[in-house]
Amino acid sequence: MNPVPDIYRILPEVILTLTGVAIMLVDASIPPAWPRRYLGFLAAIGTTIAIWASVWQLSLPEGTGFFGTVETSAFTVFFHVLICGIVLAALLLSLDALPTYSHHQGEFYALIVFGAVGMCLLTSAVELLLVFIALEISSISTYILAGYRKETGRGPEAAIKYFLLGSFATGFLLYGIALIFGATGTTQVYQAARLAPVAQNQPLVLAAMALMLVGILFKVSAAPFHVWTPDVYEGAPTPVVALMSTAPKAAAFALLLRVVYEIFPHLRSVWEPLLWIVAVLSMTVGNLAALRQQNVKRMLAYSAIAHAGYLLAAFAGIGSIGIAAAAFYTAAYAAMNVGVFAVIVLVAGYDEQLSLIGDFRGLIYRSPLLGSLLIFFLISLIGIPFTGGFFGKFYSFSAAVGGGAIALAIIGLLNSGLAAAYYLRLALVTAQRPAEDEPARPMPHVGPAAIAAVALAVLVTLVLGIVPGATLHAAQSAAHTLQVPPQPSEAPGIPLQSGQ
Amino acid sequence: MHLILFFLFAGLCLAGAINLLLQTHPINSALSLIVVMTSLAVLYLLLGAEFLAIAQIIVYAGAVMVLFTFVVMLLNAGREERTLGSRAGARVGFPAVAVLLAVLATVLLHAQGLTAAHLGAGLTDAKSGTNLDILSQVLFHELLLPFEVTSVLILIAILGAVALARADGSKTGGAEGTAEK
Repeated sequence: MNPVPDIYRILPEVILTLTGVAIMLVDASIPPAWPRRYLGFLAAIGTTIAIWASVWQLSLPEGTGFFGTVETSAFTVFFHVLICGIVLAALLLSLDALPTYSHHQGEFYALIVFGAVGMCLLTSAVELLLVFIALEISSISTYILAGYRKETGRGPEAAIKYFLLGSFATGFLLYGIALIFGATGTTQVYQAARLAPVAQNQPLVLAAMALMLVGILFKVSAAPFHVWTPDVYEGAPTPVVALMSTAPKAAAFALLLRVVYEIFPHLRSVWEPLLWIVAVLSMTVGNLAALRQQNVKRMLAYSAIAHAGYLLAAFAGIGSIGIAAAAFYTAAYAAMNVGVFAVIVLVAGYDEQLSLIGDFRGLIYRSPLLGSLLIFFLISLIGIPFTGGFFGKFYSFSAAVGGGAIALAIIGLLNSGLAAAYYLRLALVTAQRPAEDEPARPMPHVGPAAIAAVALAVLVTLVLGIVPGATLHAAQSAAHTLQVPPQPSEAPGIPLQSGQ
Repeated sequence: MHLILFFLFAGLCLAGAINLLLQTHPINSALSLIVVMTSLAVLYLLLGAEFLAIAQIIVYAGAVMVLFTFVVMLLNAGREERTLGSRAGARVGFPAVAVLLAVLATVLLHAQGLTAAHLGAGLTDAKSGTNLDILSQVLFHELLLPFEVTSVLILIAILGAVALARADGSKTGGAEGTAEK
């Protein structure tokens, strides 16, 4: 058997990195007066090639590269394609949404692409040190992007808040990794998974898992660790919110799946009740708080917390059923959330003159296309059939029922009903005829790139809602590879243990 | 001898850390941090990690601390103000940290059947072969990819510092850029 060259194992990441470097070089070498907008096309092309490279990785035999630090498998390809797809949509959206006067556009696109490198690596890393570095790359790029609207005052506030709390959470994850190393003498995921159940020091393994869960649950904004979400989403530019509410979360959920199902499957009796509580808290807190919001972005931030809860319900499912449901939900959630934020960007504009729910009154009369798209994505967020949101919830809750957590599924269904209230409120306001004395609001400007981004989101939401079979199949094979990790191609990490 | 040195510098390290939190003037806190860093370097040395100890002194006690003191002086930061929140934080924070520390310490000590008296026992048996050999073996072999990927991380930090700090000179960018280093 020919060994696979190591570089093929990280081909999408290499392409993304080269794209980012190319953007920076072109940005520095063209005259300052030229428009920077075309750098966004460069980024979009690079991301498209990276998607192709990820799919091409399926033709490789599954296995690890670089001394057992990265893996390619159906699992990594699934999340690579998902993350690169989200990044592509966010890039296309930014192309039309970033005003020409905004500064540092070259850096903006480069940061998005470099962030994608981190998120992709996060899903394919099987070495906890690489996991940590990848998480830092994806987080730091989002901290910076969150503070891009410097002129508002809320932008920098969001960035600083996100930065401080995010660093704190990363500290927890790092402490957890250190304790795993303490308990098992390795940070390689497969080895740690093999050694963790037989480690003499079970309380240490338990503490490691608890600390790692805290770190990861913060990144997915699950309930006790969610306080940063509304402020950050409100302050960050909306195209960035479309990205950061989906792509880093998808990567973090992939990491959570890897941690609980691959490293700590023997501690299921411990993490399952924990995630049960977190899921219920996330749904309830998110939905109750969302009901009271007047600002659309804050409302969707709380809705994102609730959706993290629905997704965590899938973790109650047994083995590959739970993993497949979680992976499917991640994809469905990403498509509809990118879509809804894309519409909000186009309606509200980069400087967000219109951000209250009342500002969306009569949108469907001002712009029939955007109005109906907004209603479509809201319907998907509620979880009505023929949209991706329905099958996402369906698989997630049936995984929970299959795992015996019937109460969790019932709480989830009740919460979905509660959530429908605030989604429908926005949908009704959108469809309402504007009052006579209301001031005329500016017509939204919609460019071709933004159309492409929204079309991508609509297409994925519809495909997941009408013919979910193919994606579900991909999610199931992803789940299968996570359950049966590929054999490391070479014996990694023997000197690792001599280092202590 | 090792045990005495350990307790001496561990105590110094803790005292420095507590002093860091108690001081209200930033420059005093920064100076306490130097004590913490240097004592930590001695602890590394006791563990047989000579390279790490030297790197700790050069990187942290040297470069990072100079940066901190520069920033403190440039910003001309004054005495920090006590607010209701910070007073409450001081009241609740210390007991909370003490509890957390006690729990973690119990876990660590109990599980391995160690008592405080045994703590010094493992300190002397450092591996044969120099640290540097082992470290470079790990860094450029097993952990080659994480090592290389760090360059992307640093690139992002630089990009972020430029994007946030340049242009209209908002304060946020400066703080964030420094913190990321």
